[in-house]
Amino acid sequence: MTQSEAAPDAASDSTVDAAYEAKLRADYDGQSREDVLRDYREMLRIRRFEEAAARAYTRGKISGFLHLYIGQEAIAIATQQVMEPGDRVVSTYRTHGFAIALGSDPKACAAELFGKAAGLVGGVGGSMHFFDKERGLWGGYAIVGNHIPVAAGHAFASQYTGDGRVTLCFMGDGAVGIGPVHEGMTMAGIMKLPIVFVVENNQYSMGTPLKRTLPVEDITARAAGYGFASDRFHVTSVQETRRRLGEAVERARKDGKPTLVELITYRFRGHSMSDPAKYRQKEEVERWRLNDPLERTLMALKTIYQVPEAELDAMDETIVAEMDGAYEFADKAPVPAPEARFENVMAEGPYYGDSATTRPAGVE
Amino acid sequence: MPILQIRQAIRDAMKEEMERDERVFLMGEEVGYYNGAYKCSEGLLDHFGAKRVIDTPITETGFAGIGIGAAMCGLRPIVEFMTFNFSAVAFDQILNNAAKLRHMTHGQFGVPMVFRGPNAAAHMLGSTHSQAFEHFYAHIPGLKVVAVATPYDAKGLLKTAIRDENPVLFLESELMYSVKGEVPEEEYLIPFGQADIKRPGDHVTVITWGQGVPVALKAAELAAAEDVSCEVIDLRSLRPMDEAAIIASVKKTNRAVIVYHGWPNGGVGGDIIARIQELAFDDLDAPVLRVCYEDLPMPYAENLENLILPSPERALAAIRRVTYKR
Ligand SMILES: Cc1ncc(C[n+]2csc(CCOP(=O)(O)OP(=O)(O)O)c2C)c(N)n1
Ligand SMILES: [Mg+2]
Repeated sequence: MTQSEAAPDAASDSTVDAAYEAKLRADYDGQSREDVLRDYREMLRIRRFEEAAARAYTRGKISGFLHLYIGQEAIAIATQQVMEPGDRVVSTYRTHGFAIALGSDPKACAAELFGKAAGLVGGVGGSMHFFDKERGLWGGYAIVGNHIPVAAGHAFASQYTGDGRVTLCFMGDGAVGIGPVHEGMTMAGIMKLPIVFVVENNQYSMGTPLKRTLPVEDITARAAGYGFASDRFHVTSVQETRRRLGEAVERARKDGKPTLVELITYRFRGHSMSDPAKYRQKEEVERWRLNDPLERTLMALKTIYQVPEAELDAMDETIVAEMDGAYEFADKAPVPAPEARFENVMAEGPYYGDSATTRPAGVE
Repeated sequence: MPILQIRQAIRDAMKEEMERDERVFLMGEEVGYYNGAYKCSEGLLDHFGAKRVIDTPITETGFAGIGIGAAMCGLRPIVEFMTFNFSAVAFDQILNNAAKLRHMTHGQFGVPMVFRGPNAAAHMLGSTHSQAFEHFYAHIPGLKVVAVATPYDAKGLLKTAIRDENPVLFLESELMYSVKGEVPEEEYLIPFGQADIKRPGDHVTVITWGQGVPVALKAAELAAAEDVSCEVIDLRSLRPMDEAAIIASVKKTNRAVIVYHGWPNGGVGGDIIARIQELAFDDLDAPVLRVCYEDLPMPYAENLENLILPSPERALAAIRRVTYKR
């Protein structure tokens, strides 16, 4: 597969021609209206959260690097649906979608982006470092690839304790070349750990398209070398992603066999808010838009399930209100207290530094 | 004289050296088609082509090592780290190969190359993306370490780094790439190991480098309003270090404050203090103080980050202390 062929087979130009609709009907065969509505609602929550983040960034409310998940939402939703309590997601700096999908409070997520005390990690992490252990979000890692051995370590602990949990470890297409990925996967293969490695192949590593980062474009070709099972597909719907990720999770849980899954997807925004994405053509983006899982689901709801426009609009309005409310909360929320910076550095309690040079006055 | 930004001075230095010497090439993430994450290599791919301006995948160990291996064969690599935080991934290559190979091979090989990129905290990037690496690299014999704060210094020192026969760590600053200054049109080189007095003064020696320079200069301005005259010394090169310049100034002022990015423990700041007390003990009228990061990981939240970073206000407080003007 080359870059130009990467966009999935979609309708040529207009949105709903006969072929597109036939494919849509086939894809949604056997899916209940309720399930499809739920999947749509959950994806839309992520999208509206991300759009609000982009607006807040533009207004100067969010700083640092802000990487949006717009276009990849179906992956987080499907992941949440195949997880059992206690299973873990370990991901990257592009991780708001997982937090929202796993049930983190959008208020806490927005507050984190704003660097507020009520944030998911108290405002110390920002966009790139989301963690919500209680809900199964185990990071939140911003050094590319350095979480892969860590995720393997979580899976090792599951094997060691026999707790029956599965770790799902996500990374970008740009990450697969870096050393720790190879090392973590080698260990997982040798030890037969209950883990699923998922590459979210969104076609770009920052401004670099696949063909300039991957010697062989099929990332799952690597699975054989680690003794993994593998799977590779275009993400066009939640249900298909759920079904196939579910198989991988099952394999990890039941057989202790890791799987390498490559999910072919697309990010519609730049790498981060500071990237104008000049390296790609508008036509390319439009081509992918036809297979945006969110748009396709909306189309299915309208054409197959005949959901009235008013019902969909009402749902959207509710979500927009929820997310706007979250950002309003974040805006009004207090910043961390100055003493917060001494917390959680060391296990023993507040840490004021090991040097008289910078230790605050009055502290031993 | 033309006025350039630091990023343009860096680009010009690379361009001129690549034109002068075919063995020089640039390698790193997004250096080519993207023109550099911070636009330090703008136009270089167009000018030199993909053979000499090489986009890499995210493989810091890989491209640092390729640079080292190529340098051993006589090429002159410039390896860009998107930020020095990611050089941690390649630390083994720098520590155990770049710094050691000349010695380990009894001089059969050298590693003439440059590792460059932005260093230290920028703004609200969180703990993994806000670290100052000169303190790690200046510890290592076999390396040279340079940090720049003006376009003039950036160009002159980068050209020297590219021509040097040793591995050079060349530290820039994301926050300072747009800083403007005069850069002569004619060729010039700045030798390593020569500090630059960025502001002359008599009462307190303020030693700094890299991102510390604007903080120190601002503090000197604040101190001047209190009739304290500070001599701001920009070390520019940390290994080798211009001991003579530090000592000459301390002998004059009898007081020193060191302003820098990085933690207090085990870093370049402590090393400077050791040299001062060793070489100018009898000239000191006050303890030598450091103004640096608090000994804490960097949080994202702006208010917390500001408390941890060295500020002109904190530097002024240190200046007052060493002049016994609380
Ligand atoms: C070791 C390391 N090198 C470089 C970077 C800078 N960086 C952050 S994200 C990124 C691109 C990653 O692309 P990909 O893995 O495809 O993930 P995506 O952003 O597309 O989700 C780069 C170069 C980093 N964070 N860590
Ligand atoms: Mg990618």
